[in-house]
Amino acid sequence: MIRIEPRSSVPPVLKYGVPVLSALIALALAAIPLLLAGADLVEAYGKMFTGVFGSMFSFTEMLTRATPLIFTGLAAALAFRAKLWNIGAEGQLYLGALAAAAIGTGLIDAPGFVLVPLILIAGAAAGAAGMAAPAYLKTRFGADEVVTTLLLNFIILIFLQMMLEGPLKDPMGMGWPQSAPILDQGMLPQLLPRMRVHWGLILALVAAVIAQIMLGRSVWGFRLRAVGENAAAALHAGIGVRRTIMSAAIVSGALAGLAGVSEVAGLKGYLTADLSPGFGYTGIVVAMLAGLSPLGVVAAALFIASVFVGADSMSRAIGVSSYLADLVVSMSLISVLIGGFIARYKIGFGTPAKGGA
Amino acid sequence: MDILQILLTDTFWEAALRIATPLIFGVLGALVCERAGVLNLGIEGIFVAGAMAGWLAVWLGAGLWGGIVVAMLTGGFFGLIHAILTVPLGLSQHVSGLGVTMLATSASYFTYRTALPNVSSPPRIEPFRPLDIPLLSDIPFLGPVLFQQTAMTWLALFLVALVWWVFNRTPLGVALRAVGDNPDAVDAQGLSVYGLRISAVVAGSMLMALGGAFLTMSAFDAFFFGMVNGRGWISIALVIFASWRPGKALLGALLFGAFDAFQVRLQTEVGAFIPPQIFLMAPYVLSIIALVVVARRADYPRALLKPWFKGQR
Repeated sequence: MIRIEPRSSVPPVLKYGVPVLSALIALALAAIPLLLAGADLVEAYGKMFTGVFGSMFSFTEMLTRATPLIFTGLAAALAFRAKLWNIGAEGQLYLGALAAAAIGTGLIDAPGFVLVPLILIAGAAAGAAGMAAPAYLKTRFGADEVVTTLLLNFIILIFLQMMLEGPLKDPMGMGWPQSAPILDQGMLPQLLPRMRVHWGLILALVAAVIAQIMLGRSVWGFRLRAVGENAAAALHAGIGVRRTIMSAAIVSGALAGLAGVSEVAGLKGYLTADLSPGFGYTGIVVAMLAGLSPLGVVAAALFIASVFVGADSMSRAIGVSSYLADLVVSMSLISVLIGGFIARYKIGFGTPAKGGA
Repeated sequence: MDILQILLTDTFWEAALRIATPLIFGVLGALVCERAGVLNLGIEGIFVAGAMAGWLAVWLGAGLWGGIVVAMLTGGFFGLIHAILTVPLGLSQHVSGLGVTMLATSASYFTYRTALPNVSSPPRIEPFRPLDIPLLSDIPFLGPVLFQQTAMTWLALFLVALVWWVFNRTPLGVALRAVGDNPDAVDAQGLSVYGLRISAVVAGSMLMALGGAFLTMSAFDAFFFGMVNGRGWISIALVIFASWRPGKALLGALLFGAFDAFQVRLQTEVGAFIPPQIFLMAPYVLSIIALVVVARRADYPRALLKPWFKGQR
């Protein structure tokens, strides 16, 4: 008889070891689809590795790819800590990007030190509004936020297409549904010459540090964790559960909005409807790999970005579909879930010492 | 043409039932899982997997019904992953479901790209044809609406009746409902909570995969990336709207199909004045409104989302 007993506390070795091991297992499992696709394993893994660490440029490309993932990972981690299932980071990212494009492409012609903060604030506010709405529907009407945020992703993407074919359409865009370019002084500066990595990365890292401190050390963070762990007990202890959920929603949405701002005003320079290859959804995997810890999000985002950039490079070199990266990402989510279970429980064989647990 | 007159045409209702068909499969699948106490957010990915696997099997020569079997087995496989993660391991049903959606979607896209690396336009199969039953198809109105549908729509309608019968008229149904409401009582009866829940999730996932297969094998004749387009999520909203009842699930899917068919026709009438995206948004907005309206009085299965471990009270 298999015996499963919960541990009283998770030892640090498991806490940090499980996500790392899960990520490695997922990478190793990629061998199965690679073999099915007829690839040479040594070559394929080698190309993935050099695709990230082979040159300064490829390494900065990985950092560029990690930037939005840190933002969306933080968005998911903070919301999930409060047991608020924000699955809508993808839509909130696009709302942030829309706001950036709306005011950054010429609506306001101000010097950079005014325009850049304005774009950041507008993007964060748009993302926050995008999550405040479903959180309100949840706290006021009891509408499940999982379903509403998922559906809002589709609504927002269609709204974006409408804007790109209407008011935001670039008159000089040769008919393509894209916005005009962000004004030069509105762009987040590049960090290194001739590399695409930009100040969005610094903002993301600062956001992670602030989130870590706020979650661990502030009254707000304490309330948020209390609501997530036991809403009924939190209410009993006099914590405003609805207000806490709304504030978690606003912060989570704002972070996702900043991911959109950073992509438009840091990387691309203009807005299109294919700005994000699912950064919002991937942020959920990042958050889970991070064990919902804000600093862990940074590490997890670097790993996932490496998988994407490495797989892209491998795909170009040996022709195996780059959807391999998405496979590795989803497998790492599932293996970290199982790993978390193994870390939380002692699994042994034999009959329990006492009946029940 | 008068807008209200649209509602009286047989082609409109024929389209409504056709659009409703994948949702009927999806809502039924979600219903079977949730009635047993497990939310299955793997649905969107299982739709994709069913659509891809069924189509690929037909393209490789398995025949249409062979494709149906392959789609169901694929759906059952991903359902089994979700079931193992959420039932004996008791992991978060939300996160596990999203993980299964990501896994099933990426596995399907990877397989499609690997099987057909160099196609510019998606290859086509010979899909299910409308049954076109002699005599019955000639009945005014009802003939075209009901008897010009494909076998898959009839399969969906039959499954509504089957699921209703199982849940309301069989001991298995009683046990399945109990396992979603009060698993301790089921355990006390000497029945396996794990066994019942896992079976329900696998069976429900097979139904979801049929919804995907309908898209590639009946509604269209090819597989496209992004073709599922939120139909799984809409099914999850509809099952709440339907209070977890098969009859209401059929009604909800039909209302939805009717609305969608109506907006397409409305678009041709007033499309010059309103951007087409407003109409494209409508199904998702409608789902959210339906959810908000019923949310407060929704009678969730009482043990939904709650993991159950043997020997723990």
